Amino acid sequence: MMKRIVVGIKRVVDYNVRIRVKPDGSGVALDGVKMSVNPFDEIALEEAIRIKERGLAEEVVVASVGPADCQAQLRTCLAMGADRALHVHSDTPTEPLTTARILLKLIEREQPFLVLLGKQAIDDDNGQTGQMLAALWQRPQATFASKIALAEGKAQVTREVDAGLETLEVDLPAVVTADLRLNEPRYVKLPEIMKAKKKPLETLSVESLGIAPRVHLRTVRVDPPPQRQKGMCVENAAELVAALKAKGLLAS
Amino acid sequence: MSAAILIVAEHDGSTLATGTAKCVACAATVAQAQITVVVCASDAAAVARQAADLQGVHRVLTVEHPVHAHPLAAAIAPQIAALAAPYTHVFGPSSTFGKDLMPRIAALLETAQVSDIMAVESPRRFRRPIYAGNAIVTVEIPEDAKVVGTVRTASFPAAGTGGTARIEKVAAPAEPPPHTRFVSSTAAKSDRPDLQTAARVISGGRALGSAEAFQMLYRLADKLGAAVGASRAAVDAGYAPNELQVGQTGKIIAPELYVAIGISGAIQHLTGIKDARTIVAINKDPQAPIFEVADLGLVGDLFEIVPQIEKLL
Repeated sequence: MMKRIVVGIKRVVDYNVRIRVKPDGSGVALDGVKMSVNPFDEIALEEAIRIKERGLAEEVVVASVGPADCQAQLRTCLAMGADRALHVHSDTPTEPLTTARILLKLIEREQPFLVLLGKQAIDDDNGQTGQMLAALWQRPQATFASKIALAEGKAQVTREVDAGLETLEVDLPAVVTADLRLNEPRYVKLPEIMKAKKKPLETLSVESLGIAPRVHLRTVRVDPPPQRQKGMCVENAAELVAALKAKGLLAS
Repeated sequence: MSAAILIVAEHDGSTLATGTAKCVACAATVAQAQITVVVCASDAAAVARQAADLQGVHRVLTVEHPVHAHPLAAAIAPQIAALAAPYTHVFGPSSTFGKDLMPRIAALLETAQVSDIMAVESPRRFRRPIYAGNAIVTVEIPEDAKVVGTVRTASFPAAGTGGTARIEKVAAPAEPPPHTRFVSSTAAKSDRPDLQTAARVISGGRALGSAEAFQMLYRLADKLGAAVGASRAAVDAGYAPNELQVGQTGKIIAPELYVAIGISGAIQHLTGIKDARTIVAINKDPQAPIFEVADLGLVGDLFEIVPQIEKLL
């Protein structure tokens, strides 16, 4: 069987965009906003490509659940080095649990030895899909990975946890979610973008996978965050220390 | 209708993490909540006593199994899922422990998760940040579903002590899978206060320019009894270890005093500190966005200012 890695990616508002909440509280204004591959997913993909380049995998399949537009992000992934793409069409955003169910169907079809995703998407900041997928698949998970070392049938994954670094050993297949310091994704060059146009991109419907999307969580409204009041400036270190003392912030 | 809330305790085998006390405080804001804390450990006695001591906790369950000597999500999730039937809510802290574990529990329970709960509007309605805290969404879980959530610990005070919950030992309801094994941990034991819970935090950014320069911040922090934090840029540049990172993808903190030194204040960083009581910014660029949120700002060269402050303390 072909040694395959599946990478899940999400189309999100670009990292550098300063988002605006719609005045009617119905959501975030997305019209005309630059969209990109979720940065953590890009790191996950880069890792998959590097594993293949080291000869430890034969094929990298990138998958995304989203509207027709997310094919642009899948093409970017193909240009980075993924071999083929799976687009599961959904015009409405899917909740992490539904996304995990969809990815599980794709995994049953593709039989990967490793599934890589970003640790969270920077739009909803949920950080759930990888763990949910691992649970449904009844396979190991290693989240927040900063290093992946593959051996026969297993992987040692170093994770960024609150206390520092933790290393787990997991049997394969497993789900690993990428943290920031796993790698630095490559820049895509023009010839690769041209080549990517010829790589296979298959579109599937959610229904064809036998999944009925369920709404587990209803969005009531979206508000802008409370703003902090701008404070004052002091002129030098002495004034700063005096101001902190006056506020009682330096007493022990 | 009353709420029966199960909180998954975070601990290191001997000490209950503060995040658990914050989950209890969050759960206590749910109307008519009856709060149970579950401790999965190889030896749960000490941690269970600390959980039973928290104000508002009704009952503590202990699940003992050798595999729980380390907090493996794949091992803990099936235990919690098996215990969850009588509960309306299952909460855990929004630490790396809870972020790793809770979605796995939610999936086993076939329900959604509310990540990073910052406020409880009703037993089924919660507010949480999205887009790095640049928007706050209010979400609702339908009546027939269990609520699984992680609690944004910076949004809640820690529950007080002096409680008198009873402790019950339960036989491990699930046999943990053998496919995931703990290998090692580099958890640095530090004499400094914990970044997540410290009252004062001194944080450095890219402008520090080197790991050596960061030593200056450690000295200042030690004088103030403060923890040390860092921006993503400083961590990426290797000036500070990753566990010090504050921001959207690092730690979300709410100290009394946050001193940002040489940090420009990207939105991803600001989301990690916006609950700080007082923010102080020291930066040579007067246009740096950090000054937009700082209560006290000082424009100037940090390499001159920090030693001056140290002398003045």
